[in-house]
Amino acid sequence: MSHLIEGRAGDRRLLMGNEAIARGALEAGIRVAAGYPGTPSSEIIENLARVAEQRRLYVEWSVNEKVALEVAAAASFAGLRALCVMKQNGVNVASDFLLHLAGSGTRGGLVLVPCDDPGALSSVNEGESRHFARMIEIPLLEPADFQEAKDMIPYAFALSEQLRTLVMVRSVTRLSHASGDVVLGALPASAPQAFFKHDGFILDLMEGPMLSSPVDYKHGLQQERIRQAAEQFESAPFNTYSGPQRPEVLLITCSACFLYSLEAIRVLGVAERVGVLKLGTTWPLPSMLLEKYLRLSDTVLVVEEVIPFLEENVKLVAAERAAAVGIKTFYGKRDGTLPATGEMNPDRVIEALTKVLGISHAAMPADYAEKALESAFFGAPPRDWTFCPGCPHRASFWSIRSALQMDDRQGFVCGDIGCYSLAMLPTGFNSLSTLHAMGSGTGLASGFGMLNKFDMHQPVLAVSGDSTFFHAVMPALANAVHHRAPITLVVLDNSGTAMTGFQPHPGLAVDAAGKSVQALDIVRICEAMGAEVTQCDPFDLALTQQTLLDLMASAGGPKVLVLKQICALSPEKKGKKQYRMTIDADRCRGEQCGCNRLCTRVFKCPGLIWDAAAKATRIDEVICAGCGVCASICPVGAIQKEAVA
Amino acid sequence: MSLDHGKTAMPADPYNIIITGVGGQGNVLASRVLGNMLLADDLHVTIGETFGASQRGGSVMSHLRVSAKSHLAPQIPRGQAHLVISLEPTEALRVLKDYGNPEVCVLCNMRPIHAIGVISGEARYPEPEELKQWIRALSRKVWFVNATEAALAMGNPIFGNILLMGALAATGVLPLDRGGFKRVMHRMMPGDKMAPNLEAFDKGRLLVNGSL
Repeated sequence: MSHLIEGRAGDRRLLMGNEAIARGALEAGIRVAAGYPGTPSSEIIENLARVAEQRRLYVEWSVNEKVALEVAAAASFAGLRALCVMKQNGVNVASDFLLHLAGSGTRGGLVLVPCDDPGALSSVNEGESRHFARMIEIPLLEPADFQEAKDMIPYAFALSEQLRTLVMVRSVTRLSHASGDVVLGALPASAPQAFFKHDGFILDLMEGPMLSSPVDYKHGLQQERIRQAAEQFESAPFNTYSGPQRPEVLLITCSACFLYSLEAIRVLGVAERVGVLKLGTTWPLPSMLLEKYLRLSDTVLVVEEVIPFLEENVKLVAAERAAAVGIKTFYGKRDGTLPATGEMNPDRVIEALTKVLGISHAAMPADYAEKALESAFFGAPPRDWTFCPGCPHRASFWSIRSALQMDDRQGFVCGDIGCYSLAMLPTGFNSLSTLHAMGSGTGLASGFGMLNKFDMHQPVLAVSGDSTFFHAVMPALANAVHHRAPITLVVLDNSGTAMTGFQPHPGLAVDAAGKSVQALDIVRICEAMGAEVTQCDPFDLALTQQTLLDLMASAGGPKVLVLKQICALSPEKKGKKQYRMTIDADRCRGEQCGCNRLCTRVFKCPGLIWDAAAKATRIDEVICAGCGVCASICPVGAIQKEAVA
Repeated sequence: MSLDHGKTAMPADPYNIIITGVGGQGNVLASRVLGNMLLADDLHVTIGETFGASQRGGSVMSHLRVSAKSHLAPQIPRGQAHLVISLEPTEALRVLKDYGNPEVCVLCNMRPIHAIGVISGEARYPEPEELKQWIRALSRKVWFVNATEAALAMGNPIFGNILLMGALAATGVLPLDRGGFKRVMHRMMPGDKMAPNLEAFDKGRLLVNGSL
């Protein structure tokens, strides 16, 4: 049984932020959960899927975030409580439906949990989902610790049902992927039935059709809901003040920055000088509550992550209530006291507080800091991200790179989102020339392909993972076929959403809860769309390279090459070596080899070691995954593979 | 130090532990096991982790914090680590640069994992003796162990992290015992994994006792 449901009310458990959110959803009595995998959000749906059967839930990994929100909204329209989960840029994907959903309103409680990634620890952006809450006018909550991550979810569901609107609860990487002890609440026993009432009067919110029209009327309702939410937030339990009655500095904060702020105050020993107003309801802001605390001090420091969302909204309230609160001096991101890029941490808050309070702080003795810096400089060589040992992408990009070099017309690769995004780095031979959103590689390739009308004759390649293919590549490929764009789409099919932990997608015969479902065949889909399709095993380097060369040389519309080889970390493959790899020391010519050390200098799989003393290559048996690809690279046959029984 | 105790005695409040290593070494599991072992009735445990892209061969770090008073930030402030547990020796130096101080204790597995800059020849990997000297000079107390070799002898390098947990218990730095480990593993692992993990924990204890 999952530890998420074995705990009883009052038990204290060590939960990851995402587990706390999932437990909160169970305590709120959700029936449906949908999402698309994306770090740092994925564990919420994974944990709910694990208990779907016992708790009578429907949990799915949807094809993309927009569909996920539509699936969750359907449950709400039919009177059930539903949760929708995605990473920050997923909200952009869902945003068109989001706008109209705000207009139509909801019935059963509907909560959207976006998990933002300040500092882009696992993203190629540090987008802010909070702006959508203000832009489309829905209430926004931000948990500040693990207990709140759980407790805010039932609160958000109750609010959603009271106001009949979607509610957003925004998490961040450092909450979602951090763990803390959480006191559990009770799990409800009720199991409501679904029914969609749709034949009532057109303006009847509970029995009529669900529409965002008539716009003037529905938009007015939405703004009234926001006014009511602001009123509710005046007494929400998530807005707290701690500190002296007349602080020198009022620090206003939200989310994980609350914990960083407390830490900074502790480290600096300034608890007598700084008061902390922690806001859990950050849109719309409770203005009377804010007025009360703004009166405490004329100096205000706002601490939050990425762009100054809270800071600007607080300033708006301060301006509107200037007569009551007086003139303030604000410190935060707008004046550069805190950076507006990257994630926050205690040290950044410490630095901001030393500036505002006019004090100094040394994190460690100067001589120690100097010695540690020097030791790390000489002793800890930089550790770049790499494809895992045995990763099919290393072989695929080796072939792509080799084919482009042999073709010699300055061809290039439009990249896409997944583990294979790492091909922009040396581990993938710096192979990507563009990298943007899900599906953008094929969309850009489609556009580049049409530029032959302007004498551009560089071969255009795009890459896509199998999950990304279903998420957003299919419309781009339809566009390329329809306009006969001369491009080659390479589908790097590793049979799962590998980057985020191997979640299933529509190409697999299994769903989120492990049940059998219909699998869609990428090859047949591409053929049906009208593309010419070839398949290859990327571990066969020679055949893959020749195929790529042929495809780039041939005329006509889009070609699709499906390179199918399962992820080295997949449950089917993990820890099982196909080959035992050895080096024939007599054959390895080391630095004398005419290949100029292709294996370690260029291919550089982490399973290989360059023994600088012996001037020869070795296999690291702890790291090597036994895929056998490096044997195909050595020109003298020194790297040898022996099939493991 | 007593092994089975009713009350928790942490050496400081908050007490800050960093577990570091390379993506794929089992950092996250180690932090969960240790966090659950320390989660006594009167303590709050906070663990901050980096995983996702950094799992792909990059440096990974878990910040594990214990306090009787409150939840703490999932990131330790600079210079405030009390204990560094390193699954790979160069990662210990990387962590000490930011979080070290003259009072820090270090438990370090000596098995190197070469970064791709080292594999390609652009960077040099230090000699073990150099590494030991640098780490020693930055720590109050230090234990070097060969957990990966012991794990390989058990048949799977992944036991290295549990071996380190056993080694940590043997250092006596924290109130950890075999019974607590067993209770936590019982909750976290399927039944058939219990025996080899207990064996790894016990072998880990010998790594420290043998080297003292």
